[in-house]
Amino acid sequence: MERSNYVSTTNACKLCKPLGACLAFKGIEGAVPMLHGSQGCATYMRRYIISHFREPMDIASSSLGEKHAVYGGGPNLKQGLRNIMTKYGARLIGVATTCLTETIGDDVPMIVKEFKKEMGESGLHDLPALVTVSTPSYSGTHMEGFHAAVRAVVEQVSSNEDSAHILNLLPGFLSPEDLRYLKEITDDFWYPSVILPDFSMTLDGPALTDCEKIPGGGTPIEDIRRMGGATATFEFGSTLADFNSAGKFLRDRFGVPLHQMGIPIGLRETDVFFDALERLSGTACPEKYVLEKGRLIDSYVDAHKYLFGKRAVVYGEEDLVVGLTSFLSEVGITPVLCATGGKSGHFKTAIERVTEGIAPPAAGPEGSSAVQPPAVYEGMDFQQIEELALQLSPDLLIGHSKGYPLSKKLGIPLIRVGFPIHDRFGAQRILHVGYRGTQSLLDLIVNSILEAHQDDSPVGYAYM
Amino acid sequence: MAAIDDRSAAPEIESIDPNAVKKELLSKYPTKVARKRAKQIIINKVGDDCAAPEIGANSRAIPGIITQRGCSYAGCKGVVLGPTRDFVNLTHGPIGCGFYSWLTRRNQTRPPTLEDPNFMPYCFSTDLQDEDIVFGGEKKLRAAIQEAYDIFRPKAISVFSTCPVGLIGDDVHSVAKEMKEKLGINVFGFSCEGYKGVSQSAGHHIANNGIFKHVVGLDDTQKEGKYKINLLGEYNIGGDGFEIDRVLEKCGITTVSTFSGNSTYDQFANAHTADLNTIMCHRSINYVAEMMEKKFGIPWIKVNFTGAGSAAKSLRKIAKYFDDPELIATVEKVIAEEMVEVEKVQAEVRQRCEGKLAMLFVGGSRAHHYQDLFAEMGMKTISAGYEFAHRDDYEGRRVLPDIKVDADSRNIEELHIDPDPDRYRPRKSAEQIEELAAKGFSFKDYEGMMPDMSDGTLVIDDISQYETERMLEIYKPAIFCAGIKEKYAVQKKGIPMKQLHSYDSGGPYAGFKGAVNFYREIDRMVNCKVWSFLKAPWQTNPELAATYACE
Ligand code: SF4
Ligand code: SF4
Repeated sequence: MERSNYVSTTNACKLCKPLGACLAFKGIEGAVPMLHGSQGCATYMRRYIISHFREPMDIASSSLGEKHAVYGGGPNLKQGLRNIMTKYGARLIGVATTCLTETIGDDVPMIVKEFKKEMGESGLHDLPALVTVSTPSYSGTHMEGFHAAVRAVVEQVSSNEDSAHILNLLPGFLSPEDLRYLKEITDDFWYPSVILPDFSMTLDGPALTDCEKIPGGGTPIEDIRRMGGATATFEFGSTLADFNSAGKFLRDRFGVPLHQMGIPIGLRETDVFFDALERLSGTACPEKYVLEKGRLIDSYVDAHKYLFGKRAVVYGEEDLVVGLTSFLSEVGITPVLCATGGKSGHFKTAIERVTEGIAPPAAGPEGSSAVQPPAVYEGMDFQQIEELALQLSPDLLIGHSKGYPLSKKLGIPLIRVGFPIHDRFGAQRILHVGYRGTQSLLDLIVNSILEAHQDDSPVGYAYM
Repeated sequence: MAAIDDRSAAPEIESIDPNAVKKELLSKYPTKVARKRAKQIIINKVGDDCAAPEIGANSRAIPGIITQRGCSYAGCKGVVLGPTRDFVNLTHGPIGCGFYSWLTRRNQTRPPTLEDPNFMPYCFSTDLQDEDIVFGGEKKLRAAIQEAYDIFRPKAISVFSTCPVGLIGDDVHSVAKEMKEKLGINVFGFSCEGYKGVSQSAGHHIANNGIFKHVVGLDDTQKEGKYKINLLGEYNIGGDGFEIDRVLEKCGITTVSTFSGNSTYDQFANAHTADLNTIMCHRSINYVAEMMEKKFGIPWIKVNFTGAGSAAKSLRKIAKYFDDPELIATVEKVIAEEMVEVEKVQAEVRQRCEGKLAMLFVGGSRAHHYQDLFAEMGMKTISAGYEFAHRDDYEGRRVLPDIKVDADSRNIEELHIDPDPDRYRPRKSAEQIEELAAKGFSFKDYEGMMPDMSDGTLVIDDISQYETERMLEIYKPAIFCAGIKEKYAVQKKGIPMKQLHSYDSGGPYAGFKGAVNFYREIDRMVNCKVWSFLKAPWQTNPELAATYACE
């Protein structure tokens, strides 16, 4: 199955780099993300993030105008930093660049260095941590922005002054519910962990947070400092091979052993995560998870009759698609198209790794007897996804909200996962990972298929 | 029940001194910032001649202080031209800007049939990459225009520039011109780079200029209709435009074009055949009205269809302009018919809403217009402000001659317009205008928001997040209106929040049916028991207050 190539991008399947960086910064205690550029980007990204999480999201901006675009944005950046410090009491300010400041070539690390010096001279030593990251959107997607920001944080904050009995867990871009569950798991292994970033509170906070007794959430900066002395780093992501990730930095600079693994979705990828935890902690997997796993396998078997041979189109961020594809293959669903807007160069191999020897072969389009491997493409937009999907007669779509028009056109269910979800409620509480997350995805998928089946039938079956 | 109702324990507003509030809002700012904000936070006092105090509007946002404002690209592509369904809007730039403006404003459109083109669900972008930034993006732009033409065969293609485009020196206008000649369809570009101007307002102006220069006046076909108007600055959020169309139609008034809710390319091309321009959102569209008047002789008036009373007033004003007893009679009949339901629901909700406080911080006209709806429900607007308006939107057009043009505004082109040699036709003669004036009719008559607000209310331009929070704590209003960016922060404080950009998932709120809709919705929101759960334990049980010392 060949895709067509286009010059322009129609209905993109990716977002821009600084958005990912802002999300990562938001998962740090007391942090205020800031964009160096004109204010429009910050406003757009706030709006986008807020309507997904249904939570406040501050992103400050250095508010550059035409004049600054010509003469450089240094003074505005410094003024902005000063105002954030005094107004928001930030403990960390994460400065990401935008296309504007990248294009004019502002040297942000340099400006921030100057700023620190000026503040020191004016007697102000108690500065928040200042982290800078370069995020030009004309290369890469929001995911590269996310990972780059996480790396920038450890690069600029961590040290190995004390070695500590802790696990660095770098989960990538998951939901707040996922992060809470990961914390629960590491806690149940009695193994102290630093999850970076952790926006489980900051992007899914309880009401009444004005009460100062309730901590605001986010990875504590003290914990980030200690990451250089940790026992090990677990970093989720199957397509990070060429990426200068935070995990690699911690390994290369401080010698923290790095275990990169896929996002734990589905049985096999979750097993990898739990096995690694067992080995690291020397503790057997707590019974709670053994039971979760048992129930999951039981439901795989029960669901089999509804799912086997169903055809799915999976799209979105590379690593999320890899995890989902792995899981779908396990339950007998054929991933006929795996598509991403990213371009890591490792997407195809990662998909092959998780489908090899397990994914049911896809029968060709109706009427043909040819067997086809799943179509796997990077750098896709929804125009291309649609063109292929129309030939592949899928039974369901799995991905974020932007696939809705396609699901409507094809008359098949869309299983909403990941980001952005702007047409359903509770996106921040979708659980994707671990045995439990897989379980809830499985139930969702089976029920969507049953529902479609039920709706299609003229008989009012209430027993299926 | 008692516990539930006492959330409305809003302070007696008479006991709050607005001067003290202003001082409090400014107190935490560094001196320089405080000095600037002091000019943007005004205690309203309307003089005998309806003059309001001066406000420092349309000035740059302060770096690091989180603003509600967007950029000029957002104003141009997102607001003014986004809602037109049948031309291809191509964003020239990296992917984000286009993605974020992809059908996010809930504008509605209604193509006559499913086969008619509707590109609103699409987001076209040149998605510039590294090499384009280095070597220039014109080649890619040219190819993208060709591609859009080949695939979609649109009537027209418009190109919107984002920040990097201006900086790498791409000339979108010459590419557009070249492609226009090559393809034989209208292709035009907008230099609406986000760094131009201080907010989306600059983008509105750029959009107005472009659409006027490239489209308005291209088609001289006369539409049927006795009373032909354009509706300017109505974007059909949540179906507002549909409701206004319904009412106008019922009155026998023909809408030649709407800028730009539910609009098409042909409507713009034909707009100059109308006999009156009516302006809803003065901020975003007054430029087009001014230009149409100069070039074609079409006068403009301000209208407001938000609020049943205002809608009735606007209909009467249009009828008065056409000065035709038949139209006047129809309009009166329609108003009488529509007001039956409106008055019934008004009376009903007043029982529960009377006297409650509202705050509105939104847009460049809505913070004004929606005060009418609240007043109709018996609610009081205690504080309001715009996101991106200028002084004339606050204080009225009377201040136009005094507005200082700063560097940011100077960079936005002012088109020089002469009367069209063949098509300039003053719709009203000098005598007719005089006659109308004698009857109390005025043209170009936007009085602004402040003269409509009570003395002692706080008018805050470009309110920051921090100020928002303080205002909520001080006044504890029954409802706060702004956009999605403010929504959850406000609700976390236990205060109902209504989005007046995208209407949450509701609407329409314009016209008569819209008003009824709005009354009901606000009534439900402010009286909903769900807010009682948001109380901290020490609020419901005062004895606990001592133990929780963190309020
Ligand atoms: S300019 Fe760049 S950073 Fe800003 S919204 Fe557009 S793509 Fe994103
Ligand atoms: S890059 Fe410029 S045009 Fe794009 S969103 Fe940011 S400010 Fe607006």
